[in-house]
Amino acid sequence: MEQVLNQNVIDAVDLKHKKHIRILIITGFVFLVYLIGSILHFDLPNLAKKWNKDRASMFMLDIYAHKDHIKMNWKDPQKIDVRFEGGHRHVYKDDPTWLIRNKNNQSTIVNFDNGGQFVFFPNRVEMRNFPNINEPFIFKLNKNGKPYVDGYVGKESMLPSWMRATENKVEVRPSLYERLQVYGSKVEVHRYELGWKYFWFDFDSPLVGKGFFDAISLMFNEDRVDPKISNFNLVVNEFLENEIWHHNTVLFAMVETLLMAILGTLIASMVGLPLAFLAAYNVTPLSSIRFFLRRLFDMLRGIDMLIWSLIFLRAFGPGLFTGIFAIAFTDTGTLGKLMSEAIENTDKKDKEGIQSTGANKVLQHRFGIIPQILPIFISQSLYYLESNTRAAVIIGAMGAGGIGLHFLGALMTGNDFENVAYMAILVLVAVMCIDTMSAKLRRLLIGIEDKK
Amino acid sequence: MYSDNILGFETIEKNLKAMAFKRLIYSFISILAILFLLSSGLTIAEENNAGSFQRGLSKFFDYPVDLFKEAFESGWRWYAYVFKYLPDLISTINMAFFSTLFGAIFALLLSLFASKNLIKNQYIVTLSRRTMDILRSFPELVIAMIFLYLMGKSELPAVIAIVIHTAGALGKLFSEAIENADNKPIEGLQSCGASWWQRVRFAVIPQVVPLFISYTLLRLEINVRASTILGFVGAGGIGEALSAVIQFRYGDEIIAIMFLLVITIISLDYFSRFLRGRLIGDNK
Repeated sequence: MEQVLNQNVIDAVDLKHKKHIRILIITGFVFLVYLIGSILHFDLPNLAKKWNKDRASMFMLDIYAHKDHIKMNWKDPQKIDVRFEGGHRHVYKDDPTWLIRNKNNQSTIVNFDNGGQFVFFPNRVEMRNFPNINEPFIFKLNKNGKPYVDGYVGKESMLPSWMRATENKVEVRPSLYERLQVYGSKVEVHRYELGWKYFWFDFDSPLVGKGFFDAISLMFNEDRVDPKISNFNLVVNEFLENEIWHHNTVLFAMVETLLMAILGTLIASMVGLPLAFLAAYNVTPLSSIRFFLRRLFDMLRGIDMLIWSLIFLRAFGPGLFTGIFAIAFTDTGTLGKLMSEAIENTDKKDKEGIQSTGANKVLQHRFGIIPQILPIFISQSLYYLESNTRAAVIIGAMGAGGIGLHFLGALMTGNDFENVAYMAILVLVAVMCIDTMSAKLRRLLIGIEDKK
Repeated sequence: MYSDNILGFETIEKNLKAMAFKRLIYSFISILAILFLLSSGLTIAEENNAGSFQRGLSKFFDYPVDLFKEAFESGWRWYAYVFKYLPDLISTINMAFFSTLFGAIFALLLSLFASKNLIKNQYIVTLSRRTMDILRSFPELVIAMIFLYLMGKSELPAVIAIVIHTAGALGKLFSEAIENADNKPIEGLQSCGASWWQRVRFAVIPQVVPLFISYTLLRLEINVRASTILGFVGAGGIGEALSAVIQFRYGDEIIAIMFLLVITIISLDYFSRFLRGRLIGDNK
C-alpha cells in the first residue's frame, strides 16, 4: 500500500517537473527568437559601421590629450603664432621649446616627439623625418591660390592613405598626434600632447604650470605670490576662475544638481510620510480619504518625471525649482504608496500594547507604528536620494539647468570633449559619493541588519 | 564595565533615560540640519531660478489647462491622435524591453562573478563589484548623449545606454540575491545524494529565480520611463514624438501622448505588481 502511494507521489512530481521543463523550454525559445529579432531590428551587428570614426577618434583623443595650434597665413608668413586649443585668447607669449624660428632662411620648424618635423617656409611647407615615412612631402600653393602636394598633381590617388588632397584643402595626418591642414589662405598644424593642460590653473594665471600638490603647499606658504591677497585665496580664486575648464560654473552646476536631488527627496519624504499615514487603513478609518489619496499617489507616480519636469519648466522656467518639484512630485507618489503599504503591514500588537496603557491615538501611532516603519522609511528615502541624483542630471539636461545642461552644451559644441569628459567624471564621482554616503548612513541609522 | 550582579531598576532607568536623552539630542540635531538644508537650498534656488517661486506657482496650472482646452476643442480628432502615436509607444516599449532583457543577461554574468559564495577569489569579486558600481553610476542620459553624438540619431545609442545601466543596477541586486540564498536546502539535497546539477536545479534556482524575475520586472518599468526620456533627446520612439509636438505647440497631441504614457506606466506598474506577487508569493 505504502509502496503504491510513494509511486504515485513520485509520478505526480515527475509529471509536474516535466511540465515545468516544457514551459521553460517554450519560454526560452520565445525569448531567444525575440532577442535575435530585436538584435537585427536595432542593427547591433552593424554597430562598428555606425560609428562616426573621425568623431569617435577625435573624442577619445580630446579626452586624454590636448593640442596646440600653430597657424601661418600665406599672406603674412612671418607672423606664426601658437595657440592653446586654437583659442583666440590663448596665444603663447614665448615660443614653446619645440618651435624653432630660423631667421636666416625665414623658416619655422615644428618638432614632434617622434622626431618628425613640419617646416614652414614663406612659399611652402615641408614634412620631414617622420618615422616610417621615407619621402619628404612638400605642400605648396598654385597660381590660383589652391593647395597641392608637390609631385602629385593629378596623381592624388597615389598619395598615402593618411593624406587627403581635395581642391581647397590638403589634410595630412601621419598619426593621431600630428595633423597638418593646408588651405588656400593658411596652414594649420595641430600638435597633440597627453594630459589635461591648464586643468588647475589657467593660461593667464600667475600660478600657471603648478600642479595640485604644488598648489596645496603654496596655499599654506607664508610668502605671498600676489602681495594683495593671501595665497590661500589666490589659489582658490585662480582655480575657480579657470577660463578653459570653467571650474566655477561647472562646480556650481554640480552643486545645483545635488541640491535638486537632495531637496526634491527631502520634500517628497516630508510630504509623503504624513500622506502615507492618511492613506493607511489602520490609521485612517475614512475610506473616502484613503481612496482619494491612493489615486493621488497613482497619479503622481504615473505621470512620469519627464512630464512633470515639462510642466514645471513652463511654470518656473529653467532653474532649480523645476528639478526640485519634478522630483518631489514623482517621489511623493512613490514614497507615499510604499510607506502606506509599510504602515498597513506593521504588527498590530505593538499598537495594541500602547493602547492598553491608555495612550491616546497620536501616542499610539507615535510609539506603535513609527518605530516599525522608521527603518523602511529611512532606507527607502536614501535609496530614492541615490536614484534622484541621476534623475536630477537628466532633468537638468532637459532644461532645468545644473550639470546636465552644461554637459549637453559642451557636447553640442562638438570640440570641447575634454570638458564633456570632465563633467561626466564629475557626475560619476558625485553619484558614487552619494551612494557610499547613503549606504553608510543607512547602516548607521538602521543598524547592522541591513549589512549582511 | 558592569559587575556580575543583576542591574537594579535605578540603573536601568538611569541608562534608559541617558539613552533617550542622547536620542533626543541626535534627532534634534538632524532636524535642525534638515531645516537648515531646506531653507538655505530653497534660498539658493530662489536666487538662481529664472522666474520667482510665487510667480511660478501662480502660473502652475496655466500650461496644463491650456493643453486640456486645446484637447477638448479638437473633439473626436483627439482619439485619432492617440492611435497615431501608438506605433511610437510600441517602439519605445520594445526598446525598453529589449534593453532590459539584454542588460539582465549581462547582469547575470556579472553577478556570478560578484557573489562571494560562488567565487572564492576576493579580487575578482571586488573587481566585478566596482565594475557594476561604475556601470550604474552614469546616468543613462550621459552615455546615450555621447553615443548619439558619435553614432548619429537612432535607437541604438539609447539601447546601449540602458543596457549598460541595467547591467550595473541589476547585477548588484542579482549578486545580493545569490549571496543571500539559504544554504540549508542545498545541504539537505546533498545529504540525500543529489548531484551538483540537481542541487542547483532544486535548491538554488528556486530560491533565486523568482527574485531575479521580480527585479527584472521592476527594471523594465524604470527602463520604459528612461527610454521615453532618451527618446526626448533624440533616440526615437514616443519621447521624440513628444519633443516634436512640444516644439510645435500642438496642445491636443501633447495631451494624447501624455495620456498614452501615463496609461502605459500605470498599467505596467499593475501588471508587474501582479506578476511579482504571483512569483514571490506576497502580494505587496
